[in-house]
Amino acid sequence: MFRFILNRLIYAVPTMLVMIVACFVLMHVAPGGPFTSERPLPPQVLANIEARYGLDQPYWKQLWDYIANIVLRFDFGPSFQYKDRDVNDVIAQGFPITLTYGVLSFIAATTIGISLGLLAALRQNTLADYLAVGFSFVAQVLPNFVMGPILILIFTLHLGWLPGGGWYGGQWQYLIMPVIALSTSYMASIARITRSSMLEVLNSNFIRTAKAKGLPTHRIVVQHALKPAMLPVVSYLSPVFVYVITGSVFVDIYFSTGGLGQAYVNSALNRDYSVLLGTTILYGGLTIFFNLVTDLLYAWLDPKIRY
Amino acid sequence: MKIQRKSLTAWLVATTMLATPGFAAGTHPVTGDALADDQTFTYRILDEHSSVDPQVVEDVTGSELVRDLFEGLMNQDAEGNLVPGVATGFAANDAKDVYTFTLRDNARWSDGSAVTAHDFVYAWQRAVDPELASPYSWFMELMSIENASAILAGEMDVSTLGVAALDDHTFEVTLTTALPYFPQMTTHATTFPVPRGVIEAHGRDWTKPGNIVSNGAYVLTEHLPNERSVRERNALYWNDGDTILEKVVALVINDENVALTRYMAGELDRTEIPSGQYPRLSQSNPDETTVFPRLCSYYYNINMTETGNPALQDARVRQALSLTLDRDLITERVTASGQFPAYTFTPEATAGFNVPNVDAMNMTQAERDAKAKELMTEAGYADGFDVELIYNTSEGHKRIAIAAGQMWKQKLGVNVTLANQEWKTFLETRGNQDYQIARAGWCGDYNEASTFLDLVNSASNYNDSAYSNPAVDEMLANAKLMDDASAIYTEVEQIIAQDVPIIPIYHYTGAYMMDTDLANWPIGNVEQNWYSRNLYKRAD
Repeated sequence: MFRFILNRLIYAVPTMLVMIVACFVLMHVAPGGPFTSERPLPPQVLANIEARYGLDQPYWKQLWDYIANIVLRFDFGPSFQYKDRDVNDVIAQGFPITLTYGVLSFIAATTIGISLGLLAALRQNTLADYLAVGFSFVAQVLPNFVMGPILILIFTLHLGWLPGGGWYGGQWQYLIMPVIALSTSYMASIARITRSSMLEVLNSNFIRTAKAKGLPTHRIVVQHALKPAMLPVVSYLSPVFVYVITGSVFVDIYFSTGGLGQAYVNSALNRDYSVLLGTTILYGGLTIFFNLVTDLLYAWLDPKIRY
Repeated sequence: MKIQRKSLTAWLVATTMLATPGFAAGTHPVTGDALADDQTFTYRILDEHSSVDPQVVEDVTGSELVRDLFEGLMNQDAEGNLVPGVATGFAANDAKDVYTFTLRDNARWSDGSAVTAHDFVYAWQRAVDPELASPYSWFMELMSIENASAILAGEMDVSTLGVAALDDHTFEVTLTTALPYFPQMTTHATTFPVPRGVIEAHGRDWTKPGNIVSNGAYVLTEHLPNERSVRERNALYWNDGDTILEKVVALVINDENVALTRYMAGELDRTEIPSGQYPRLSQSNPDETTVFPRLCSYYYNINMTETGNPALQDARVRQALSLTLDRDLITERVTASGQFPAYTFTPEATAGFNVPNVDAMNMTQAERDAKAKELMTEAGYADGFDVELIYNTSEGHKRIAIAAGQMWKQKLGVNVTLANQEWKTFLETRGNQDYQIARAGWCGDYNEASTFLDLVNSASNYNDSAYSNPAVDEMLANAKLMDDASAIYTEVEQIIAQDVPIIPIYHYTGAYMMDTDLANWPIGNVEQNWYSRNLYKRAD
């Protein structure tokens, strides 16, 4: 197991490097640059700016300097767009916000989603099953960019219960709508996956054997069915977790949270190379790490899996 | 040239009145309005600002913050007229290439130290310093300050810039050429003073709350990027006695419809009216909708180089396209926020600009269409031609492009292909003249016609049509040397109307939802250079 973890961590290094190079190449291939604007800068002014940010250097040197600064000083460079801040500032400010609403959304989506899925599977073809499946279908087709404005319209304008946006240090009243908007569609997916997986497990031979042995239903479900039923759910949850904790651009836009999702998308639109690379590295690193965590969870859930 | 005695007197009277005891009693000393207990102004901004460093800021949102946090030599009043700022006035030599500003002796930084001419020298030198690489350093070149261009090119040291502190309260600027509108340019954020000691102590972090020291009516107390920034009253501002608003909060809300919902819920005092919603809102909330002229133009560039459409190389075809564009229909039915149909590039609201008598303005649309058909027949395109119109991705631009394409198709048989591009890609395409017709918009940097007409100068970086007319270039060069160049600007507009390198469509309006409690918004200032210290909240 230890060797497996070590191997995965060693492989992560070239993976990250390939990702950085690919991102660097793609962003330089995209038309326009960080200082392309409606008012084109005079050549001398542009030259001064490019010299300041090292963009006058050959591409290989820019890339080399960038990686060297990260490795030696953990410095991801200055933002080209927000000139009072550097990338470390952008991530340090935005990531805790997305982490907060992301983790809460994940908890809400998994607990409610799995509960609904189990309820539907255990009460198959009853009213509870129909309601749970119906809810998950509606929630699935309601994207968060539709959900966001609807929630604000209802809870802010008509009911006046919640503020329409902002973060204010993550006070609860500013968290409710972002969490609902972000978690609902995942909740629906998790409920559907849980239901179908649980139904499959409940119809398998070892469950039939357990029933034949006369075990009570709750023991069959909790001790025998739940773990194998969770395997497809866990493989779905890993990318979802990375996605929600790295921020949703829709949540950030509609609820003005100041999260990292918006910074990521803006950096691509603004060609803010350093922010784009910095956030890509963060996202990539988190994805690699949580893929490893998922693999370890597999081994825990399924005794047949060994590393 | 001294600042006009009358306006100075009026300003002194106004400030004296504001300082009367009535102010403290909870009523506005001039208007008599009862003042609200909570003097907090909350408004929506579309995007996070680029910076609050005066020499670095490059966006409108950031400039609004900087105008509250810092104060330059001169300010603008509610109508856009020049009024004293840190300078109490200025004088120019006979050749009008040396300006001397007298600074008030009670101007203070928020740390209590005095604002002196040396701070301006440092700030102006900093603006052209290649090491800082200010994106607005070109503005100092535009101001014609001595040696600015050579310093930017790295050929001279920043200390050779044509600025000097004759003493603590006398700031002298030497220009390479007489520039009649030079004093107006000192209201621009790039020219605002900055505290040298604080910048040297904190480096790039000097603008962060807690570090920042400023000389304006407000200080930055909170900044949460992409969420909000808060500025609060600066008790050390020299004219703090006249400030009424205690706190100004700028909330970043990207989506204009969400912003409107939050405005309706009472979270905001001001937000922009979303595209196309003015007719509805002006009916449902007539007291809160405000529309006023802006110093901005919406137009189409026509590529006049070899890479453009061959048909568009003929001025008659370009004229025909311009004539058939029904501006009234576009402004009344498509944009529908009170925009003004445009037949000239320079907006009518521009100071000292006399709108020329362009033929198209005096015709009905039917007459314009008939004339356009004649021109197309003369040019040999009676059956039309194929053309591509590009615009940056936006629902508003798309609607206008569809309307324009339909008009050209129906009236002239011109087949228009519409193509939208992501913003930076669009700028690259347009800047490289890799297009046929392209959407464009321009807002003036200062209130004078040259801020628009410089775009048709063949040497301009912004001349995306690649239009070149030596006569126009010469006229624009001469205009810079004249006290009153309005006749030249009128003539240039007439030439543009004939040559049609661009097709003006409309002049922008500002369209706001504004709480009726918020008073003194300077709707007469076409540049929308507003200062929070002039605003106040009425009691309900």
